[in-house]
Amino acid sequence: MGIRFILMVNKQGQTRLAQYFEYLTIDQRRALEGEIVRKCLARNEQQCSFVEHRNYKIVYRRYASLFFLVGVDNEENELAILEFIHLLVETMDRHFGNVCELDIMFHLEKAHFMLEEMVMNGCIVETSKSNILAPIQLMDKAS
Amino acid sequence: MSGGPSLMDSIFQRSLEDLIKSFRLHLPGGEPTVISKALDEIRREIRSTDLTTKAAALQKLTYLHSLHHADMSWAAFHAVELSSSAFLPHKRAAYLAASLSFRPSTDVLLLLTNQLRKDLTSTNHIEVSLALECLSVICTPDLARDLTPDLFKMLGSSKNLVRKKAIATTLRVFSQYSDAVRVCFKKLVENLESGDVQTVSATVGVFCELALREPRAYLPLAPEFYRILVDSRNNWVLIKVLKVFAKLAALEPRLAKKVVEPICEHMRRSGAKSLVFECVRTILSSLSEYESAVKLAVAKVREFLVDDDQNLRYLGLQALSIVGLKHLWAVLENKEVVIRSLSDADPNIKLEALQLVMAMVSEDNVTEICRVLITYALKADPEFCNEILGFILSACSRNVYEIIIDFDRYVSLLGEISRIPHCQKGEEIENQLTDIGMRVEDVRPELVHVGRNLLIDPALLGNPFIHRILCGAAWVSGEYVQFSTNPIELMEALLQPRTNLLPPSIRAVYIQSAFKVLTFCLNVAFLPNEAAYSSSSCPINEYSASPSFAGHESFADCEQDKFLNLRVLSQSVKAPSVKYGGDTAVNHVKTSASLPLRNDILTQKSVDKMFTLVKTALAPLVGSHEVEIHERVCNILGLLELTQNEITGCFSREKRNFESEELKAYEIIKMMRDVFSEEIGPVAVSARDRVPIPEGLVLEENLHKLETICSDVQFPISSSFFLGRPHSGERDGVSFFNRPIIEVSESSNESTLLTEHRKRHGLYYLPSDKKEVVSCEYPPANDIKMQDDITDDAEDLVKLTEQSLVRKKKPSQAKPRPVVLKLDEGDEISVAAEKPESKDDMVSGAVQELLYGSDAIPPSTQINSSDKLSSKRSGKVSEVNENVGNVWKSERGTPSSRKSKHHSHGKEREHRSSEKNVEVREENGQSNKQKSGHRHGRHKARQRADGVTNVVSQTPVIPDFLL
Repeated sequence: MGIRFILMVNKQGQTRLAQYFEYLTIDQRRALEGEIVRKCLARNEQQCSFVEHRNYKIVYRRYASLFFLVGVDNEENELAILEFIHLLVETMDRHFGNVCELDIMFHLEKAHFMLEEMVMNGCIVETSKSNILAPIQLMDKAS
Repeated sequence: MSGGPSLMDSIFQRSLEDLIKSFRLHLPGGEPTVISKALDEIRREIRSTDLTTKAAALQKLTYLHSLHHADMSWAAFHAVELSSSAFLPHKRAAYLAASLSFRPSTDVLLLLTNQLRKDLTSTNHIEVSLALECLSVICTPDLARDLTPDLFKMLGSSKNLVRKKAIATTLRVFSQYSDAVRVCFKKLVENLESGDVQTVSATVGVFCELALREPRAYLPLAPEFYRILVDSRNNWVLIKVLKVFAKLAALEPRLAKKVVEPICEHMRRSGAKSLVFECVRTILSSLSEYESAVKLAVAKVREFLVDDDQNLRYLGLQALSIVGLKHLWAVLENKEVVIRSLSDADPNIKLEALQLVMAMVSEDNVTEICRVLITYALKADPEFCNEILGFILSACSRNVYEIIIDFDRYVSLLGEISRIPHCQKGEEIENQLTDIGMRVEDVRPELVHVGRNLLIDPALLGNPFIHRILCGAAWVSGEYVQFSTNPIELMEALLQPRTNLLPPSIRAVYIQSAFKVLTFCLNVAFLPNEAAYSSSSCPINEYSASPSFAGHESFADCEQDKFLNLRVLSQSVKAPSVKYGGDTAVNHVKTSASLPLRNDILTQKSVDKMFTLVKTALAPLVGSHEVEIHERVCNILGLLELTQNEITGCFSREKRNFESEELKAYEIIKMMRDVFSEEIGPVAVSARDRVPIPEGLVLEENLHKLETICSDVQFPISSSFFLGRPHSGERDGVSFFNRPIIEVSESSNESTLLTEHRKRHGLYYLPSDKKEVVSCEYPPANDIKMQDDITDDAEDLVKLTEQSLVRKKKPSQAKPRPVVLKLDEGDEISVAAEKPESKDDMVSGAVQELLYGSDAIPPSTQINSSDKLSSKRSGKVSEVNENVGNVWKSERGTPSSRKSKHHSHGKEREHRSSEKNVEVREENGQSNKQKSGHRHGRHKARQRADGVTNVVSQTPVIPDFLL
C-alpha cells in the first residue's frame, strides 16, 4: 500500500494525530513515533523533506508549529505526497478557517474523518476539497 | 467505585474537550496521573446504558489510545455495541474507535459482521461509507468472506462516493480472502472505464498496488492502462498508471516500445514536478534501453539537480543513482553537481552524492577519488565523515580488493584514514590491515612501515576508536617483523607505558607481537648468518644444510661489537650456495636495493636495553588478572630467563664458544623463530564445514549452561586472526632461514624521524630504571599535521575531482598489480539467491486465472499457484461461480473498447467477453480445443483448461494486445 501512516506532531514532539493503515502494536507505534519525531524534528529548513527510516520513506512538511509526517513505502512518489500534505492542510483550512494545532486537538474525530475521505487503505481516493468536506458538513448538520 | 454508572456520572461526565483541557493544565510530568485518572472515569462511564455517556467515554478512550498510547483492547465490545446506534455521530465514534484500535486478533470482531452488513446496505450513503472505511482497516479473512457479496454490489453503485470507497476496500479484501477476486475482479476492471475521475483514480490505485506485487498477472489489462495514460489529465491517476507501466514494461518489450513515446510526451508537456519525476523514474528504471528517452530524462534530472529546491535536488540525485547502474555517462555528465552536493547542508543529500561518487570509482581513478573524499571527510561532521570512510573501505575491499592496483598506496591510505579525528571504523581497518597482510605478500614492508607509524604515536592510544586499528597494526608488525627497519624501536612502541589504556584483549596482541619481535631480534643478534636470510618474500637460496658453527669462532672474533652486521645483503647477487669452512666464513653479500639496516641497531647495548625494557614493562603484568595477558607475559619473560644469561654472557666474553655454551639458547631461539615463521594465511569461510564431525559429538546439544559460566568472560579478539597452514607448499623449516631480508627504503629517514619523535614524545618513553606514572596530559589524539593542506574551497575540490573522474586511458602501470591471494571458495560471499516471496500468490493467481484463463498461467507462478488454485476450487466453487457467471454475462453487454484483430475470427465474435482467453490460447495453439467450451459457463471451461495446463508449453504467454 502506498501510504502506511500519517502523523501530525507539534514542534515539542507531541503527537496530535496518528492514523495507521497497517496494524502495529501500541509499543511498536510508540517506538516508531519516537524515532521518527527525533529524526525529522532535528532537521532544518534547508534540508529536504524526505527521510528514510526503517523500511519507510517519510515525507514531511512543516506548517507553523505542526509537522505533517507521512510514512510511505519505497514505491511512492515523494512529490505527490508533498502535494497531498498540502491538500490536506488546505482542506482543513477551508473547514476550520485558519486551521491551527488547537483545531486538530479539539476536533480529532473530524480530522480523522477528513483523512478517511481522502485516503483509504493507503490509497488516495479523493482530491477535491468540496467532495472531502461534503459528508462532514452533512454530519455537522445532522448532529 | 464498584457500582455501575450512576445518573450523577452521566450528568457530571467530563467531555473529550474537558479531558484535553486537563492535559493542557497538568504540571510537567503529571501526564500519567491524568491518564490513569481519566481511564478510571472511562471504565465507569462506558458501561452506561445511556448511549451519549457511552459515546463520550469511547471518544475519550479513543483519544487516549491514539495519542497517548493507552490500551483500549478491553473496550472493543463497547465499540461494537455503540456501532448499532442509529445516531450518526455515535456510529462514527464507534467505527473510528474500531478502526483505530481493533487488531486481527480482536475476538469481538465477528460480532461486528452483521452491523457492517446492515450499514453497507443502508440507504444513507454516509453510513455506508463509514462502514466501508472501517472495513478497509479492520478486515480479516472471515469478514472478507462474509461481506464480499455486499462489496460486489457496491462496486456497481450509482453513487460515486460509495463506489469509490468500495473500490478502495477491495484491495484489503483481496489480500485477506483471495476468492473475492473471482467475484469482484471484473467489476473492478469495468471501473477503469468509468467517466468519474475519482473512481478511475481509486481503481488505478488498487491495480497499482496489486501490480507491484505480481505484475505479470495484469499484463492483459495493458490496453486499459494505456488508454488512461494517453487520455487522462489527472496527475494522481497518471502517476499511478506510470507505476503500473514501470512494472509491466519490464516484462513485455513490445509494451515498452508502445508506452515510451506517451511517457516522453508527458515529461515534455507537464508542469507538475511530481508527474515529471515519475516519468523520469519510470524511464530510467524500466525503459532505459530507449536512448532518446533516457537522454530526455537525464536532461530533466539535470534541471532537478540545479534547482534551488532541496527536495528536487535530492530526488535528482536519487534518479541519477538509478540511471547510473546502466548508463554511467549520465552520472559522469553531472559529476560537478554531484561533487558539490557532498558539501550540501542536508545529510541525506550528501549521502546520495556519496553513493554516486562511489559508483564512479574504477581502478583508474580510485586513488584520486579517495583523496578527494578524504579531504571531505576531514571537514565533515563525525557522522558523515564515517559514512565517507565506510564507503571508501567497502568500495576498495570489494571483491578481494578488486580495484586496488597499488597496494602500497592503499595501505598508507589506511594509515591516513586511521588518523582522521572522527574515524570510528577501527574494526574494519583492523580487518583490512591483517587481511591484506595475509593476502598480499608484496605489500608487507609498507604494511609494517604504516603499522610502525601508528604504533609509535603515543597520542593515538588515547582514542578508543583507534584501538582496533592499533591492534591490527601491532599484529602485522609482529608477524612481519622481518621487514622492520628498526625492531628495537618497534619493541619500545609495543611496550610503551600508555598501552595500559588499551583493552586487555588488544594488549594481549601487543604483548604477543612484542614476543615475536624479541624472538626475531635475538635470532638476528645471536645467529646473524642464519637470520640474515629470513625474509619470506625473496627467492629461496640454497645453503648448505648444516652450517658448521665452528666456523663462527673467527667470525665472532673479528666482529666483536658489530657482530650484528647482518644485513650486508644484495638482491642482485644471488649466491647459489654458501660454504662454511675452516676459519673462513664466507659472507655472501646481497646488496639490497634499499639501504641496509644500520649496524648499530642491534649492538650489545641495545640488546641489553631491550631486555631491560621488556622486563620493566612486563614484570608488573605477571600479576594481571587477564588470562591472555598473564599467559603471554609469562611466556615472554620465560624466554628471557632462559636466554638472557647466555646472551649477555656471550657479549661480555672475548671469545665465545658457540658449540658448548650457547647451544641451548640457540636451540630455543631457533625453535621460537621457527614457530613464528610459520606463514599465516587467510582461511576460507567455508573451511570449517570441511572438518568432519567426530563421532559421538552431539552438536545440537544446548549450550545455554555455558552462558551462565562464561557470562563475565571477555573473549579475546583472536577471532580476527586465522591460524592456518602455510599456503605455499615450497616452504619448510629449513628454507626459512635462507630467505634474504627485504629492506624498507626509507630507513635513513627513520632515524631522524625517531629522534624527532623522541623529542616530541620523549617523556612518554619508559626510562629504563624507574617506572613512570602515566600522565594524562597528552597531545591531542590524531593531531593532523596536514591541516593546512585542507582546502576549504569547494571549487578547487570540484576541479580536482574533475580531473580525477575523467576516465583516463589506462595508464601504463608503473608497477604490476601484486598477487592477491584468493581462496578458491569462500571469498565470494554466496548470496543465496532468495526467491522474492510472492506475498499475494493467491490474489495474483486468481487474477491470472480470470485474465488469462487458467491454462495460461505464466511460468513464473505456474507451478505453485496452479496447484493451490485447483485444490481450492473444488471447495468453494458453486456460489462463487454463480457470481462469476453473472459478471461475465454483464461484461458481455458492455462494449469493449479494446481493439483486437481477433474479430476476424468469426466464431469468436460471439464471445467477446472471453476474447483474451481466446487470444492467449491461440498463441499456444489451443484455440480449437477451447472454442467449444465457452458456451458452458466459465467454470467448466476453466476446469477443462486445467487439464491442459501441463500440456501448455513453458514459453511466456504474451497476449497480442499491442498489434
